[in-house]
Amino acid sequence: MADASASTTEPVSTGAKYTLRIWRADAKVEGSGEFRDYEVETYPGMVVLDAIHEIQAKQAPDLAVRWNCKAGRCGSCSAEIDGKPKLLCMTRMSSFRPNEPIVVTPMKTWPLVKDLVTDVSHNYRVAKKIPPFTPRPRDADGHYRMQQEDIDRIQEFRKCIECFLCQDVCHVLRDHHEEAEFVGPRYLIHLATLDMHPLDTLDRRKMMKDELGLGYCNITRCCTEVCPEHIVITDNGIIPLKERVADEFYDPLRWLARKLFPRTKKRRLPVLPGIEPAPAARSAQAQQEEVEKEPAVPPAPTVARRTPA
Amino acid sequence: MADKGSVVRLPVVDGLGRTLRKDDWWVGPMVTFTVLTAFVVYTTVRMLEGTHYRWGPYLSPLASPYIETEDLGIPLLTPAILVLPFPGLFRFTCYYYRKAYYRSFGLLPPACAVGARRVGHYNGERKLLVFQNLHRYALYVALLFLVFLWHDFVASLRWDGELGMGLGSVVIFLNCAFLTLYTLSCHSFRHLVGGSVNSYSEAPFGRLRHALWAGVSRLNVNHMAFAWISLIVVALCDAYIRAVAVGAIRDVRLF
Ligand code: SF4
Ligand code: SF4
Ligand code: FES
Ligand code: FES
Repeated sequence: MADASASTTEPVSTGAKYTLRIWRADAKVEGSGEFRDYEVETYPGMVVLDAIHEIQAKQAPDLAVRWNCKAGRCGSCSAEIDGKPKLLCMTRMSSFRPNEPIVVTPMKTWPLVKDLVTDVSHNYRVAKKIPPFTPRPRDADGHYRMQQEDIDRIQEFRKCIECFLCQDVCHVLRDHHEEAEFVGPRYLIHLATLDMHPLDTLDRRKMMKDELGLGYCNITRCCTEVCPEHIVITDNGIIPLKERVADEFYDPLRWLARKLFPRTKKRRLPVLPGIEPAPAARSAQAQQEEVEKEPAVPPAPTVARRTPA
Repeated sequence: MADKGSVVRLPVVDGLGRTLRKDDWWVGPMVTFTVLTAFVVYTTVRMLEGTHYRWGPYLSPLASPYIETEDLGIPLLTPAILVLPFPGLFRFTCYYYRKAYYRSFGLLPPACAVGARRVGHYNGERKLLVFQNLHRYALYVALLFLVFLWHDFVASLRWDGELGMGLGSVVIFLNCAFLTLYTLSCHSFRHLVGGSVNSYSEAPFGRLRHALWAGVSRLNVNHMAFAWISLIVVALCDAYIRAVAVGAIRDVRLF
């Protein structure tokens, strides 16, 4: 057995003291927001969420964290650890070195509520924009029929636990704040699920192109890198969607073929008016900018849309 | 205090390279930047050099199919200039290379959870880059080029009408093999052979298309690896033929 006391630079699972450097902030306290250090002692199998619970129990009862299952199933405990979007409950303390503080911060993309808790409700409003599954009529005997090979692909996407880590890391939302124009990777795989579904009858491609912002994605794959369910969001979901949209809108030969041999398999959807993002959807960056520029003036209750520099 | 309208500080703000990541996130984009730049410089130089594309039965992939340009009398025109735009566009519009250069050259973003370059208005692939959607046409040409390249391999085995083989043929074979893997693992090819089908059990040739799609999907997982290996092998193959052609090294005749 390795002697745990031999070196403090190697990850250890038992009895080691770790420092957690946690972002403490409260949206109700103007201008708040700072790192605070807490020390915890580890035990075998301890995850970062356990460490945060210890801190809550013994050192900082007002530390806010959202969680439910502690099993990587509910998608509630999303945060950033050492700058990387991760589930707090699925990140083991033993994967860090004890001689460096573990930096735990809230997701950057969403408005901060308190400490590690952010307001992810924007995602639920986005979900409402997408026309739901609309199956064809049942067969004469009252059943729907499809084969396993027809749905193999989309079963991958159904593993999604809606942790929104992919939405958090996507630079279109995180850095460019295009949340009014771009639905984000989580909803692109949802759209892929619908578009590839053997029973669905709606054609959402025009909507994807004009309203849901598929073209904003530059396939840089960060969503795929962070997904805790290992869904290959970009290669299996977004790129196939881009190809499907290209079939309809960017392929001159297919366009010609459609003119010559028209077919109408799926019902085309008109482009619906976009939803107005609610005030809570103000980007986290907008919050920060307000702190930096006009600390005394309360922000307008409208969406902070970025104006070109 | 009103809960709406309060403002709070954030641990990390926007700005190029801003991050709380502690790992060496810049290594990946830097290596990509260096290798891609080196490749572009090498092929540009070779394209303008206009000679040493052939030696014995060998033909460099940079000038295949070979079109003699000397008699045309157009200044600066070389055989490679007529060829390279096609594979060049194939790679430029490739989904993998797009990711690679949007990150390492575009810094949009340089790495995950690292601040992206600030642009006036980020448009992604909607405006200027909308032509990336034509990647499939570059694929069609690339598939045709595979025929030329495999033909070059077969031709490289003919020494004055006799069957023979030199080290050059081995290099050309490797080049053909990796370019084939790269081309057949393409995302657009995956879509073309079966990815566009929604119901394999009902579509015409559904089973076949599902099998093809599944096969291409297996290759597609390694598309990035094939992209890099084939890129390097193309350059090495050309460098080998050039070195033999200028007499810097001697081709090894295997039989
Ligand atoms: S691949 Fe597209 S959706 Fe995914 S993180 Fe990158 S830009 Fe966002
Ligand atoms: S796709 Fe993955 S990262 Fe995105 S919300 Fe679902 S589980 Fe989370
Ligand atoms: S607490 Fe449920 S996913 Fe972490
Ligand atoms: S996606 Fe890379 S070659 Fe088509």
